[in-house]
Amino acid sequence: MKGLSTRHLIGIKNITEDDIHLIFETADNFKEVINRPIKKVPSLRDITVANLFFESSTRTRVSFELAERRLSADTVNFAASSSSVSKGETLLDTVNNILAMKVDMVVMRHPAPGACVYLSSRIPANIINAGDGTHEHPTQALLDAFSIRERLGEVAGKKIAIIGDILHSRVALSNVFCLLKLGAKVRVCGPPTLIPKHYKDLGVEISHDVRDTLRWCDVANVLRIQLERQDIKFFPSLREYHQYFGITRQMLLELDREIVVMHPGPINRGVEISSDAADGPHNIILQQVENGVAVRMAVLYLLAAGN
Amino acid sequence: MQAGKTLLDRPRFALTIERLCHQLLEDWGDFSNACIIGIQPRGTLLSNRIHARLEELVGKKIEYGKLDITFHRDDFRMPDGPLAPHPNEIDFIVTDKKVLLIDDVLYTGRTISAALAALNDYGRPGAVELLVLADRRFNRHLPIQPDYFGITVDALDEAYIKVRWDEIHGEDEILLFDKKP
Repeated sequence: MKGLSTRHLIGIKNITEDDIHLIFETADNFKEVINRPIKKVPSLRDITVANLFFESSTRTRVSFELAERRLSADTVNFAASSSSVSKGETLLDTVNNILAMKVDMVVMRHPAPGACVYLSSRIPANIINAGDGTHEHPTQALLDAFSIRERLGEVAGKKIAIIGDILHSRVALSNVFCLLKLGAKVRVCGPPTLIPKHYKDLGVEISHDVRDTLRWCDVANVLRIQLERQDIKFFPSLREYHQYFGITRQMLLELDREIVVMHPGPINRGVEISSDAADGPHNIILQQVENGVAVRMAVLYLLAAGN
Repeated sequence: MQAGKTLLDRPRFALTIERLCHQLLEDWGDFSNACIIGIQPRGTLLSNRIHARLEELVGKKIEYGKLDITFHRDDFRMPDGPLAPHPNEIDFIVTDKKVLLIDDVLYTGRTISAALAALNDYGRPGAVELLVLADRRFNRHLPIQPDYFGITVDALDEAYIKVRWDEIHGEDEILLFDKKP
């Protein structure tokens, strides 16, 4: 079997369509593993993985940690808030010190876009990007596409809408790269202030009308409003945002067919999506979380196999 | 491509499987509290046939599963890319059951060692026995021997045994090559 075309998973932009299919096929097998009574295989028993989180995370960190443990890897966790980073150590020094303790793979989340590329050219370990600023979040895009494939059979030809704060979202950018590579039609939807102009050059449709977008799409991936990254006001108020761009159960019921609703979490209930829609029958939000572990196991396994 | 020497042709191939089934019938009775597990991918071609024939002979259902050992192998980092996993299809627990493990060729014993480890994920079997179609007796790396075998083959390390199946290759036969094609 051909392996991945890359040693690191920095972004979806840098991997091929074949890579994505290989990850999905491997993840199918791992999904079966994590649904067994004994959810563990010994593949990575000689591998040590460092989880470096320079930015807060719940889902992604737990998901990576579970994936690593279910592959029998040894893990070390690192959170910037409780480390020497707060004493002024540089990223390269921090990582080199951790690598000196014989770590084989690094899973890193960092607030600076490009932090993983920077590291990948300077250290020998495999690097997996768990989110770098507003740049990419490749494993989230992979698990989103994997969940769409699981629900709808395939991704190619499907109409996927990404709705919400596109400007600050690494999930949106990785999703666009991933879905386009797999042959889906992609539309981004949100207020004009939250959609960067360069998106039209990526080959996606742009809309500011959420009702029209819901009528158009097979899948609506709803993104969180990232208030922590917004240093100026991009819309008048959260209430107004919800009124114009929030998804409600009523809007979904008014459609002439059933669409799939996704959300990468954490959900701001009552802002980008109402509680009744987030908990409704259309959503696959918790399946996304389950698939996240299987997809991350596949990525870790395939990168380790390439060494 | 080099021509292989035929070790087992179609009529003897069928006869060998028939003989193995009758041998099992003699030792295992009606397979109550027992199950058959084929090792993915090639062992399952043999186990499919043995399972179907045994059900005919016994006249009742026999529990049957397919086990993938990829994630349990000690050599999954191969120079020509990672090993391709196959689905596990075992919808029962093997705890306290007698398990018949089936593979096509037994050579170094590493596959069987991984299969025994993988099997533990489905419970603690009461006993495990091994059936293979071809037993290459030389160059075993581990102390593993078959309980049932179709043929034994004594060949040099560089030789290669290929089992061809009607379902895939259009012929049932076992061929011996001087080296891996």
